[in-house]
Amino acid sequence: MTPRDLPGLTIVELQQLLRAREVSPRELLQALHDRIEAVEPTIDAYLSRDLDAALAEAETADVSLPLGGIPLAIKDMISVAGQPCTCASRILRDYRALLDATAISRLKAAGAIPFGKTNMDEFAMGSSTENSSVKQTRNPWDPTRIPGGSSGGSAAAVAAGAAVASLGTDTGGSVRQPAALCGVVGLKPSYGRVSRYGAVAFASSLDQIGPITKTVTDAALLLQVMAGVDPNDSTSLDAAVPDYTAALQGDLKGVRLGLPREYLGEGIDPEVRAAIEAAVAQFISLGAEMIDVSLPHTSYAIDSYYIIAPAEASANLARFDGVRYGHRAENPLNLLDHYNRTRAEAFGPEVKRRIILGTYVLSSGYHDAYYLRAQKVRTLIRQDFERAFEKVDALISPTTPEPAFKLGERSADPLRMYLADVFTSAANLAGICGISIPCGMASGNLPIGLQILGQSLGEARILQVAHAFEQSTDWHKRRPL
Amino acid sequence: MSTPSDLDVAYVARLARLELSAEETALFQTQLAQVLKHAARLEELNLESVTPAAHASPTFDVLRADEPRPGLTPEEALRNAPRTAHGLFLVSKVIE
Repeated sequence: MTPRDLPGLTIVELQQLLRAREVSPRELLQALHDRIEAVEPTIDAYLSRDLDAALAEAETADVSLPLGGIPLAIKDMISVAGQPCTCASRILRDYRALLDATAISRLKAAGAIPFGKTNMDEFAMGSSTENSSVKQTRNPWDPTRIPGGSSGGSAAAVAAGAAVASLGTDTGGSVRQPAALCGVVGLKPSYGRVSRYGAVAFASSLDQIGPITKTVTDAALLLQVMAGVDPNDSTSLDAAVPDYTAALQGDLKGVRLGLPREYLGEGIDPEVRAAIEAAVAQFISLGAEMIDVSLPHTSYAIDSYYIIAPAEASANLARFDGVRYGHRAENPLNLLDHYNRTRAEAFGPEVKRRIILGTYVLSSGYHDAYYLRAQKVRTLIRQDFERAFEKVDALISPTTPEPAFKLGERSADPLRMYLADVFTSAANLAGICGISIPCGMASGNLPIGLQILGQSLGEARILQVAHAFEQSTDWHKRRPL
Repeated sequence: MSTPSDLDVAYVARLARLELSAEETALFQTQLAQVLKHAARLEELNLESVTPAAHASPTFDVLRADEPRPGLTPEEALRNAPRTAHGLFLVSKVIE
């Protein structure tokens, strides 16, 4: 083990080295910094880093704490006090967070050191990180391809060993999809499991903060610290937090896994289909019972999602008015001109597109036809899952219909880009939890992700199923670069 | 459901306080018409007796005690503002 290897290790492995005093938190940070410097020219995952601030925290790190001395990369949508929080938008280019998000303050209290803010699609609107106003993050497995999005920087950094682990946000798949395309683990907790306080709001009824890690155990460790009710987020759930790492034990004998037939229909890449079929065989060999289920409204989820999410976004982004923070147009003629130009100058094309779409579906005369209808479909999607979970303990599916696509391939076609979220957005609409884990490689050395969905607050179950699969395969051990 | 051609991007941009160029207006008009056309699939469903869901897991009346708590200082609140004067946010003239 040389210092060079440290950033590629898991949280669990690093905890052992830190607690045995074989490595100090300072040495780990320095090694991570060196690794980032080495791979950033290839992947461009980070928007900002403050090594001196992190080293100062490392000096006093208590390695006996659950995450003592572990550095974490944070999507630039989540507030870390004193650090930039730009959402990869020009409108917040000079913004610095005034406080820690609840997820961050809990991770800090557990000894973790936030180190670096990662690139993303502007305001998390996108599936490829191509909508960042700052730069293009590339997939470490093939730098001519997208890393997924919107948490593309967080996923690429973990996959490239340029982060020990990271946080993303998932509104329609933005943790699971980039994790799948970069060959790492991404967990979207149930709605309300992790406080949203301090995460910049995109679509408030869908957003969740989630970990992106090298292993399922690491994801369980981060969830353990972040989960639980928060008086600063009235939508956080007041439910007991189970011991997620203890839940990883046990085999899959008698566990009922559902295979929704709608998730393996047409439009699936043949290599993705083959990987999922191999995963099914693996689960059977582990003792799980496979049950065919139907989620009949699956194909409508994406349409419901692309009405509800822009509607909520158009309301949330109204706060960017050039008065309290952010960009402000020069020499406005009057107040209306101040608003119109401030927003025109500093929002990128995808954000503008979604503000228009969201404003339209909420506008007088169209609200019932679009927004209300989408909310009713949301009920049907939730009921689909409720019926399925009467018969099965978890559902399995591909995370994405195909592996990572080429940079620029879809940026001119928003509808085609939106369809990248076809298997992930239903979980956000229903508020259930989901995890993506590596389950195969497509030609060109491109990772394939397996999605495991569980009912609301069922994280312990999906972590157990994911862990059993991971421990019986070696997909999670493969690394690019 | 209304037809996608009902979408008037220039009008909606005014509602959203978002100035768009002629190119952006034309581009969004075409692209969003495609998105809305795809979304018209929702018309296939019979939704008459379905209750709309605004939230995944509805929680109601989450209140805290109505007591003062520490918050941002005036200096902190103004720190990210593009224009300030005398401890205040500067806004553009509201009344002509």
